[in-house]
Amino acid sequence: MSDKSFVRDPLLLAPVMRDPAAPLIEPERYEFHASSAYHFALQRRDFFKFLGAGLLVACVAKEALAFQESGGGRRQGSQSLPREISAWLHIGDNGVVTVYTGKVEVGQNIRTSLSQAVAEELHFPIGKIEMVMGDTKLTPYDMGTFGSRTTPTMNLQLRQVAAAARDALVDMAARQWKVDRSALAAVDGKITDASTKRTVEYAALVKGQQLTQLIPTEDPLAPATEWKIEGQPIAKVDGRDFVTGKHKYPSDQRLPGMLHGKILRPPSFGATLVSVNPPDATVMSDVTFVHDGDFVGVAAASQELATRALKSFQAEWKPAADQMSNKNIFDYLKTHAANDKGEGAQEVGSVEQGLKSADHRLKQTYMVAYIAHAPLEPRTALAQWSGDNLTVWTGTQRPFGVRSELATAFHIPEENVRVLMPDTGAGYGGKHSGEAAIEAARLARAANRPVKIVWTREEEFTWAYFRPAGVIDVTAGVRDDGTITAWEFHNYNSGGSGIRTFYDIPNQRIQFHETKYPLRQGSYRALAATANHFARESFMDELAREVSMDPLAFRMKNLKNERLRAVFEAGAKKFDWGRKKTAGRGFGMGGGFEKGGNVATFAEVNVDKASGDVRVVHVVTAFECGAIVNPDNLVNQLEGANIMGLGGALFEAIEFENGKILNSRFSKYRVPRFSDVPALETVLVNRTDIPSAGAGESPLMGIAPAIGNAIFDATGVRLRSLPMVPNGLPKA
Amino acid sequence: MANITQLHINGTAYSINADPQTSLLSVLRDQLDLTGSKYGCGEGQCGACTVLIDGNPRRSCITPVGTAAMKQITTIEGLETNGQLHPLQEAFLREGAMQCAYCTSGMIMTAVALLNSNPHPNAQQVSQYMEGNICRCGTQPRIVAAVLRASKEVAQ
Repeated sequence: MSDKSFVRDPLLLAPVMRDPAAPLIEPERYEFHASSAYHFALQRRDFFKFLGAGLLVACVAKEALAFQESGGGRRQGSQSLPREISAWLHIGDNGVVTVYTGKVEVGQNIRTSLSQAVAEELHFPIGKIEMVMGDTKLTPYDMGTFGSRTTPTMNLQLRQVAAAARDALVDMAARQWKVDRSALAAVDGKITDASTKRTVEYAALVKGQQLTQLIPTEDPLAPATEWKIEGQPIAKVDGRDFVTGKHKYPSDQRLPGMLHGKILRPPSFGATLVSVNPPDATVMSDVTFVHDGDFVGVAAASQELATRALKSFQAEWKPAADQMSNKNIFDYLKTHAANDKGEGAQEVGSVEQGLKSADHRLKQTYMVAYIAHAPLEPRTALAQWSGDNLTVWTGTQRPFGVRSELATAFHIPEENVRVLMPDTGAGYGGKHSGEAAIEAARLARAANRPVKIVWTREEEFTWAYFRPAGVIDVTAGVRDDGTITAWEFHNYNSGGSGIRTFYDIPNQRIQFHETKYPLRQGSYRALAATANHFARESFMDELAREVSMDPLAFRMKNLKNERLRAVFEAGAKKFDWGRKKTAGRGFGMGGGFEKGGNVATFAEVNVDKASGDVRVVHVVTAFECGAIVNPDNLVNQLEGANIMGLGGALFEAIEFENGKILNSRFSKYRVPRFSDVPALETVLVNRTDIPSAGAGESPLMGIAPAIGNAIFDATGVRLRSLPMVPNGLPKA
Repeated sequence: MANITQLHINGTAYSINADPQTSLLSVLRDQLDLTGSKYGCGEGQCGACTVLIDGNPRRSCITPVGTAAMKQITTIEGLETNGQLHPLQEAFLREGAMQCAYCTSGMIMTAVALLNSNPHPNAQQVSQYMEGNICRCGTQPRIVAAVLRASKEVAQ
C-alpha cells in the first residue's frame, strides 16, 4: 500500500469562485477533450486464456493498422494488440459471441442497439450475443459515453467488426470444404453450402482455434435499406432482468465483509475544515474513521451505524467568503465575463450594415437557471483493494476517466485500477466524474475491507454538478418581407453547443463568453444547445410577430437546410399547424439540429388566466437522425427528452444562497411527474441514405421554445427566463 | 423495543436482526440482498422503494422495519411465480416502458396495488395513482400504457 498522502479529485476542490483561466480538469463542460494516454492491459495470449479458444476480431484505426503492417509497430503476429483498438468481439467454440466496448448503458438502450449492430452484420441470433461494457480491464479504451457518439461511432465499428468476423468464418468454411466462398451463405449463426446442403455452426468452425484478425475501420457494410435486424423495434435485450428486480445496479453491488461509508460534507460550498473531533469510543467502536485533509469519512457494518457515527462528529468549518444567491446570478454572469472570444465564435459579413438595412431591429435577453440532472440512482461506488490493486464498481459515463481519477488520487499506475460499470440508473450527462469512487476507495484503503458508498439524494443534489446557468443576448434586424438581415448572439456561461444559427443570415456575430460562476457546473443532456435553441427559437417567434408573419412561414423564409425544413414540415402537418385555437389555448414551435439530429417540436398549452396555471396539453415532435437503428427506442428517447425538457422549461431550478442548495430534495425540487405529461406524438423521418446519428440529446432542444411560444400565443406574455412558470404565469 | 428478528417477505420467513427504527428498505437491501427495491430519495417522494405491506403500497425507505414485522411484505422479487411473469411485468416489457429502469420495480409495485384496488382504471386514474412515482427518464406515457395493457390482460 502506498504511503503517499491522498490526493483529492481536483474537481472536488474547485474553488467557489473559480478563475476560468485556471487549469481545472473539467471535461464534461464541453464534453470533447483530449483522451488520456491509452493503456492496454491484456496481452493477446491472455485473451484466449481468458476467453477460451475461438476467433477474435478487433477494429483498429486504419492508420494504426498500416503502421503495424509496415513493421513500424507491433506486428499482427506479435503477442499484444495495438493500442488504437476501439472494439472487438470474440466467437467462442461454446457458441457464445461476446462483444467488448467501453461504452456504457445508462438507459439510452445501447446494449440493445449495439447488439442489433452485431447481429445484423454477423448474421447471428441477437439473443446469443453478450455485451461486455465499460469494464476497464476487459474493454478497449473509450473516452466516455456522451455527446451522442455511440450510434455514429460505436454502432458503426461494431458492424464493421461483425462483418469482418462473418467474412473470416466464411473463409474458414470455404477452406474446410474446399469450395469457393461465393458458394456459401452465412445465416443465423451457421455457414451453409446450398449446393451440397452442408451446414456448420460458427462455434464448430472456430473450435480449438486461437485466431485473431485486425480490421481497418472502413469495411463496406450492408446499406440501411437492406437491414434486417437494425431498423427493427427490438425490445431491451435484458428487459426481463429489470422488471423482475434482478439486475444489479452499481448501488446493488456487494462483497463479503463489505462496509458502508459516509462522508462528512462541508456545511457550505468552499468551506474549509478547521478542526474535527471524532465522537467517543462507544459510538466509534467498529467504525473506521478517516481524516485526511478536508476529507472526513467513516465506514461501518451498516448504513445506520455509519450515519450515527457521522452525526456525532464535532467539526468546525470556515465558510468561504462572497457566497452568492440564485437571485442575482444573471447579473453576476453578465458582469464577470472573462474574455470576448470563445467556442463557436463566428463573424460573417457586417452585423452593423445588416442592422442598417433592416426595417425592424429587435434586442432581447434570455436566461436559463442552474438545474440538476437528478438521476434516480444517485452516485454510488463499491471499492475493494487487494494490495496496491484497486477494483471499483461505480455508475459513471466515463469508466476510463474514473480510472484516471483513482490512479491520480492514490498514486498508483492506471493498470492497478479496474473500474466496472454495471448498467446504471441514468446519467443525463451528470455522471462524468468519480467522486463516490474516490471516497469509497479512500475508506476501503483505511478499513482494509470493501466499502460501498451510496450518496443520499441531498448529496446528489448538492455535491454533483449542475447544468450551467446562462444569459443570452440576441439582436437582429429584419425586413418587412421577413428577411433576416443581421444576427448577433452572445451566450454568457451556459456554453457553445448549438450556438450557431442554422437560418441563412448574411450578417452574423455569434460568441460564447466564459464567465466566473458560482456553482460546480458541467455537461447535461444536450448541453447548452437547450439554452441556445430556447433563445434562438423564442427570438424567431418574436421576430415573426414583429413583421406580422406566421412563425412557420417566417422560419421557412430564412431556412435553406432541407433536413431541417423536412422536420418542420412533417411536424406542422401532424400538429395541424394553422388550425383555429380555442380560448386559453396557444400553439408554438421550436426546432433545430445538433449532433446529427434534426428536431421540430410543436406544443399546445392551456393557460388558466385566473389561476395562472399553465399546462402543456399536446406535443408533436418530428425528428430525423439518418437511418433509424431502433424506431421504438427512438420514440422512447423522443418522449423522454420532451418530458425531461419540459421540467427545465416550466419549473426546474436550483435555488442557492450562502453556499447552500436550498432545494436539495424531490419534495423541494420539482421534476416532471405523471400529471405534467402531455399527450405526446412523434413523427420519425427515416433517412436510410444518411448514416445513423445519436438521438439521446438533440430531441431535448425544441420543447422549451415551443412551450414559451405557445404561452405567448395564448396570453401575449413573453417569457424569456427558464424555468418559465415555476409559480404559474407571472402576474402582468 | 426489542430488535426485529423476523420478516415475512414474498411468502418466506426471513431471519434478520434490526433495530425497529431501521428503514425496511435498508433491511431488504443490505441484510437480505433483496435489491429490487431501490433507494431514490429517502423521503417517500420518488416511489422507487415501493413494496406492498399486507397488499398496500408503502414507501419502504420511510417505513420503520418494526411496523412491518408480522405483516406480509411483497417486493418485486416476489411477483414472478414459477417462472411466469406477473401481467404487469409482461406489460412493461411489451410496452418498452423503461429506459434506465431504476424506477421500474417501484412503478410495477405501485401498479400492482392500483390494479388490486381498481382492476379497470382509465388512463387518468392510472396517471393520478402513479403521481408519487418519479421516472426521470420520462417514460410515463409508456408506463400508463403498460398498466392499461395489464389491466386488460388480467380482465381476460
